[in-house]
Amino acid sequence: MSHPAAPVIDHHYTTTGIDNKKIALWSLIGSECLFFASLISMYLVYRGRSLVGPLPHSESRCMLHGQMQQCEPIFEIPLVTLGTAVLLFSSFFVVMALYGAQKGKPGMLKLWLSLTVLCGLFFVGMQVYEFNHFFHKGLGYSTNLFGSTFYTLTGFHGTHVTVGVIWLGTLLIRAFRGKIPPEKAINLEIAALYWHFVDVVWIVIFPTVYLLR
Amino acid sequence: MDTHSSAHAEHSHPTPGLYLKIAVVLFVLTALEVLTFEGGRGGLGPALQPVFEPIVVLILVVFSGAKFILVAMFYMHLKQDGALLSNLFIWPLVIAAGVIAALIVLLSYWRVVGGMPAPELGS
Repeated sequence: MSHPAAPVIDHHYTTTGIDNKKIALWSLIGSECLFFASLISMYLVYRGRSLVGPLPHSESRCMLHGQMQQCEPIFEIPLVTLGTAVLLFSSFFVVMALYGAQKGKPGMLKLWLSLTVLCGLFFVGMQVYEFNHFFHKGLGYSTNLFGSTFYTLTGFHGTHVTVGVIWLGTLLIRAFRGKIPPEKAINLEIAALYWHFVDVVWIVIFPTVYLLR
Repeated sequence: MDTHSSAHAEHSHPTPGLYLKIAVVLFVLTALEVLTFEGGRGGLGPALQPVFEPIVVLILVVFSGAKFILVAMFYMHLKQDGALLSNLFIWPLVIAAGVIAALIVLLSYWRVVGGMPAPELGS
């Protein structure tokens, strides 16, 4: 007996009725919460305990070019605010790309996914510039407690953003090859969930690190 | 919830219009956070500094909490997806909050109570 050809659906539903890839990613996100909680609490615990500068919001004595000097506050809030806004908008872009993928609109998928990847690249570039700038202002990884906790926390987050950019970049290549039909939109949904998590973590890190004085 | 209704609920996601509204709210909240920060350090004028300074932390916590909830509920689709996924996120968050509170108490509070305040230089 012959059956009509059924569409190939890339969903692996479990007894819960939810795709198992989605459950796996949410479990990963849950464990990542604990990672970031540890790093954020370390930053908070050691905040204001540095013995030498540079410091985030106030002038201090610091070692620069081999001699002790008066150093200015190190943070550049406008630049980081721009990076934060770009990351927030990238979350909007990726849900629009997902909407396009689910509705079978390849043009919409490619446009919004490209914008998401560009935003991710901008954020990573902003962080590389910031780290480089701070290093030249005398803040190394082991200069003081602020440097150690700041670079660890934001670097860990930046690594996650980089992984997200690579992940979304591979999906973008697949989208341009026409390999993300609506039945496989779940693959983009999983990557988008990860991307939103990276965004959510930054929503906590930005005020905690940059705005709390 | 049976398999079919759960799978259906998993796919009834918000519309682009709602996504855009949430993006605008997120942007506005971020702008307000930065304005509050500037007000607290006197960037909006010395007259406003005493107004902002005592409430900076509270406002930052409230605004970042609101942004966190908006992204999790609508962009991460926790509002539409099953309770199982919400539990996979919320309970680790509760543990994470406990970890932060415990580490701060252990490493900050008891150090001071024990008579060993750490030397401080500034912020």
